[in-house]
Amino acid sequence: MEILRSGLLQRALVEVVILGATCGALGVWLLHVRNTYAAESLAHAMLPGLVLATLAGAPLLLGAAGGVLVAAGLIALAARDTRVGAEVAVGVTVTTAFGLGAVLALAPDVPARLGELLFGDLLGTSTTDLVAAAALAALVAFALGAGHRSLAAAVFDPVAAPSLGVRPGRVELALLALLAVAVVAAVQGLGNLLVLALIVAPASAGIRLGASLRGQIALAAALGALAGLLGLVASAELDVAAGASVALAAIGLYVLAALLRPAAGRAPATRRSPIEALVS
Amino acid sequence: MSAPGAGIEVTGLSASYGTGAPALRDVTFTAADGQAIAVLGPNGGGKTTLFRALLGELPATTGSVTVRGATAYAPQTERSRLDFPVSALDVALMGAYARTPWYRRIGAGDRALARDALARVGLADRAGARFGALSGGQRQRVLIARALVQEAGVLLLDEPFAGVDRTSEEAIMRILDELRADGRVLLIATHDVEQARGWDRVLCLAGAQIAFGPPAETLTNAVLEATYGEEIVMLDCGNRAVAIQHHSHAH
Repeated sequence: MEILRSGLLQRALVEVVILGATCGALGVWLLHVRNTYAAESLAHAMLPGLVLATLAGAPLLLGAAGGVLVAAGLIALAARDTRVGAEVAVGVTVTTAFGLGAVLALAPDVPARLGELLFGDLLGTSTTDLVAAAALAALVAFALGAGHRSLAAAVFDPVAAPSLGVRPGRVELALLALLAVAVVAAVQGLGNLLVLALIVAPASAGIRLGASLRGQIALAAALGALAGLLGLVASAELDVAAGASVALAAIGLYVLAALLRPAAGRAPATRRSPIEALVS
Repeated sequence: MSAPGAGIEVTGLSASYGTGAPALRDVTFTAADGQAIAVLGPNGGGKTTLFRALLGELPATTGSVTVRGATAYAPQTERSRLDFPVSALDVALMGAYARTPWYRRIGAGDRALARDALARVGLADRAGARFGALSGGQRQRVLIARALVQEAGVLLLDEPFAGVDRTSEEAIMRILDELRADGRVLLIATHDVEQARGWDRVLCLAGAQIAFGPPAETLTNAVLEATYGEEIVMLDCGNRAVAIQHHSHAH
């Protein structure tokens, strides 16, 4: 194929396939924990950190970590007021952080990189970017493998988990930390907004199609990688934005899975919110 | 397999969540040598708090808790994640997690143990079935199999008969009797006063311990009234109080 002859596209392709597989696998756990709200919040809350890191010429990783820590602190602080409550605290903090990030990024002296931070720049992937993303992705994949049993026990039976040698609170924190790492890894290529599509859509499809936990994770990883491949090829052929094409391909694959298995694996009545019903 | 020496000693226990008033206070009881203890009380009476204190998740604010033997907890499966894609065998294998380092696969010995445990609770042929697709009684039996894999000497069962059909209830009852014969100690949280009369001891909780002792002496009308308060309607049929609980749906 034509697309593979350009070094630019080769790097983008490897990057997006690695990210797709990693985000897909991670997403299965986030959906099982029913923590997609946290995923979205975390991804958005790091925006001011990313902008400041860009301004200071510091690594994005540093900015992302700082942004997440500050947001987590603010959420904890706001949630202490019982009249506010945790969900509102998250909503307000994240919106504030996101707004602040946008204001900073649109200031006259700032180089025009807001678009990149929000929507990514897959075709601008340098070899260094690629190596960094691959290393972070490998870290996430390794941690998911090593923590597989702890995650399963914590999600399936949080009340009995401590008697099984697993601390569900720690496991959930570790999962959020991995999410932060994955978002940082993906922010260069896919941006702070579009990375969520790659975390949620392939995982939703994998959960629909897979019968076992390992099957769901393998399927989600494969579909995430496939979404990256399809999206990038489509973007090159049709000359449209790469990150957005990848996100749309991921959603497209999910719709296909939903059509193939309309209500597969639906457990007998458990109470769920409409949002949960949509994603699982 | 037997569990000699398994036992519980609780003396003057109070426990609270955070800095608030104790959720449970003045609990003193002992259990050993294959005793089954019914834990009676209204919703919010402290049954779950007691279990969490016995599991070591909730520190005692006063008093002491001593548990000899590994402790397993079988929660109400109505509340567990029925859409989670694990099989009955997967769940039984969770009993081996604590002794398997993260970098190792679960050993062949533990796999055999999990299959034996499922066979013992009468579910050998359902090992591959998805946990959420099993009936309430079958799910409860899988959790008991998990406790067997944990090699637990002390089993804490949270309403094991809630939402369970007659056949499963008899099967669970038979298994619990076998576990007692092994020398394991069972704590069974229940709403069913009649059933509680069948166990070795009853422990009545309503924020504090109301009574502890053999059922015949302990389950008097006065104790039941003190335990359930306004939640109970007493039907005095032949000197045996029958508790009918209002089920409030406020959580």
